[in-house]
Amino acid sequence: MPFIVERSDFGQFFTVLKGMGYEIIGPRVRDSAIVYDRLGSVDDLPIGITDHQDKGVYRLRRRDDQALFGYTVGPHSWKMYLFPPRMRLFSAERRAGNLEVVEERHEPRRLAFIGVRACELHAIQIQDRVFLHDIFKDPVYEMLRKDVFILAVSCTVSSSTCFCTSMGTGPRVGPGYDIAVIEVLKPVHHFLVEVGSSLGGEVLSNVRHREATREEVESATQLVESNARLIGMRRSMDTSNIKELLYSNYGSKHWDEVAERCLACANCTMVCPTCFCSTVEDVVDLKGEHAERWRLWDSCFSNEFTYMHSGTVRRSTGAKYRHWITHKLASWIDQFGTSGCVGCGRCITWCPVGIDITEEVKALQRDGGVVVEEEAVR
Amino acid sequence: MGMHAYGGRYDVGVNAVEDRVGGMGGGVHGANPYLPRICRVRRVKRETYNTFTIDVEADGFRFMPGQFNMLYAFVGEVPISISSDPDNHEFISHTIRSVGHVTRALCSLRAGDSVGVRGPFGNPWPIKEHEGSDIVVVAGGLGLAPLRPLMYHVLANRARYGRVFLLYGTKTQRDILYRSELARWRARFDIDVHVTLSRADGRWHGNVGVVTSLIPRVHVDPMYASAFICGPEVMMRFVARELLNLGLDANRIFLSMERNMKCAVGLCGHCQFGPEFVCKDGPVLAYSRIASLLNVAEV
Repeated sequence: MPFIVERSDFGQFFTVLKGMGYEIIGPRVRDSAIVYDRLGSVDDLPIGITDHQDKGVYRLRRRDDQALFGYTVGPHSWKMYLFPPRMRLFSAERRAGNLEVVEERHEPRRLAFIGVRACELHAIQIQDRVFLHDIFKDPVYEMLRKDVFILAVSCTVSSSTCFCTSMGTGPRVGPGYDIAVIEVLKPVHHFLVEVGSSLGGEVLSNVRHREATREEVESATQLVESNARLIGMRRSMDTSNIKELLYSNYGSKHWDEVAERCLACANCTMVCPTCFCSTVEDVVDLKGEHAERWRLWDSCFSNEFTYMHSGTVRRSTGAKYRHWITHKLASWIDQFGTSGCVGCGRCITWCPVGIDITEEVKALQRDGGVVVEEEAVR
Repeated sequence: MGMHAYGGRYDVGVNAVEDRVGGMGGGVHGANPYLPRICRVRRVKRETYNTFTIDVEADGFRFMPGQFNMLYAFVGEVPISISSDPDNHEFISHTIRSVGHVTRALCSLRAGDSVGVRGPFGNPWPIKEHEGSDIVVVAGGLGLAPLRPLMYHVLANRARYGRVFLLYGTKTQRDILYRSELARWRARFDIDVHVTLSRADGRWHGNVGVVTSLIPRVHVDPMYASAFICGPEVMMRFVARELLNLGLDANRIFLSMERNMKCAVGLCGHCQFGPEFVCKDGPVLAYSRIASLLNVAEV
């Protein structure tokens, strides 16, 4: 049963969550971009701001209204908070040949994510699968994830880079949220609110709300549906047989063609909400008595990524891009049962040369292109 | 166990996983898999001019042939396959070539020092599933180390296997690992051990050439033979081809793959080889499962 929360009451979500001990993280403007950062109140949201996105283009613009969520996704994703870019795993002490390892004690944080989009909720669930539901669990992710409160937003606006409808991830928010809202600007600014968990119900019970009428539900839903149609018309990816498409194109000449454009800068992997690769750095003090092991985000576009004593496995940019897109769209399915792509379009926007994952898939589909370099053995 | 013999993509069932990760005292399962356990070094033995074997006190540690540990030496951590007898419950061995700053630090350890250990990790050689088969073991260079536990297992259960061949190729005479053991194994009448050097001088009376040059000496029933290969990737590719030419089934040829590894638990992404995480799906993989990838450069 959906509810209505008026714009003037929306700020109560912040005060209620803060009162429950949550640290509120959400979108705000910083460095000419909408990033995910600590929010003090509803006024910290990018009110009346939108983003213009295209291949290799990101610009903020002023809207002619006071929408709270009138933009799409920026360079940050929630993995900033669940899978921090830099984290100490343990410390060690060494005295006279004796080692002692000290486990990292993480301060428990109760995070409330405000403004999680449908594609991003899918991305969080994909990382849940990677970090929590495999043979081994990531204890850091588990600790950060377990108490997260999610206030999700179904998108009524989209960027030209969005293709969630192709990936089946949006723009309507799916299961996994505590509270989901649709922002309605006219005639009166309000939010259609749905409750997805008992915790969400508890929060809403402390925010002024009323039951939604059928007309209100329908008109809000319409906004999301017409946005979905727009997204589907503007950009799409045909995902039928996509695994087979990529697996059969290891030998394609197309990768050399991509390599002429790709800078191997790793931007796509940094902004991707599902990319989970990391490396570790061991730091030792000058006396050789204290050491720390840090985990850092890593990218399959670096040479060090596949370095072994016998050399780097993926040296060419073509092989690196092939690995990235094949992992994202094909081997991810074998590894984790889902695609690794949620159609958020970040990799398209933040690619400095505007390489577009949907276009690269289309190129492979056009070529139908199996150009095998070496004959397969039996 | 959840693994079936001769399978292509053999299923890692829950039981198999428990078996695999249960080795370390309390086990890594559920606990923090990033945290090394501190173990006592029992002995450091020089094997060759640049290779050392470090024995650490087992202290309840169990593993299966083909699995590896992450060894932490304060300045960093490296994956090292376990090279001791799986039935030896006193200590576990790691044979290490001193090539980088972490392996140098490991090789400079002395008895009584402590070292960090995470493990055991990885999919083992499915040797128990291949009882009743002829066994072909092919090692290149340091690749003999992860095959040594398999050899111990086969020799300890000799009656359960058919003919057993060990082919070992290395660069020069001074690179030969486990000399006394090889000599002991060669003296046995129930296994065939062949060693080849790619470069030799007048003091060497054995075969000269790459390890594939030893394949004609393998006399097995190809219908009932299983092969276990470890060495440089290019060597494994050619050995597998030769064994297929002998008539062996691609489902019964197993390779131990190597890739960059950081976490060893399938979470850091480094070791991917197509859809396989070499750390948790491998390092041991059936040839049939990875043959097409092995023929593509830079996967």
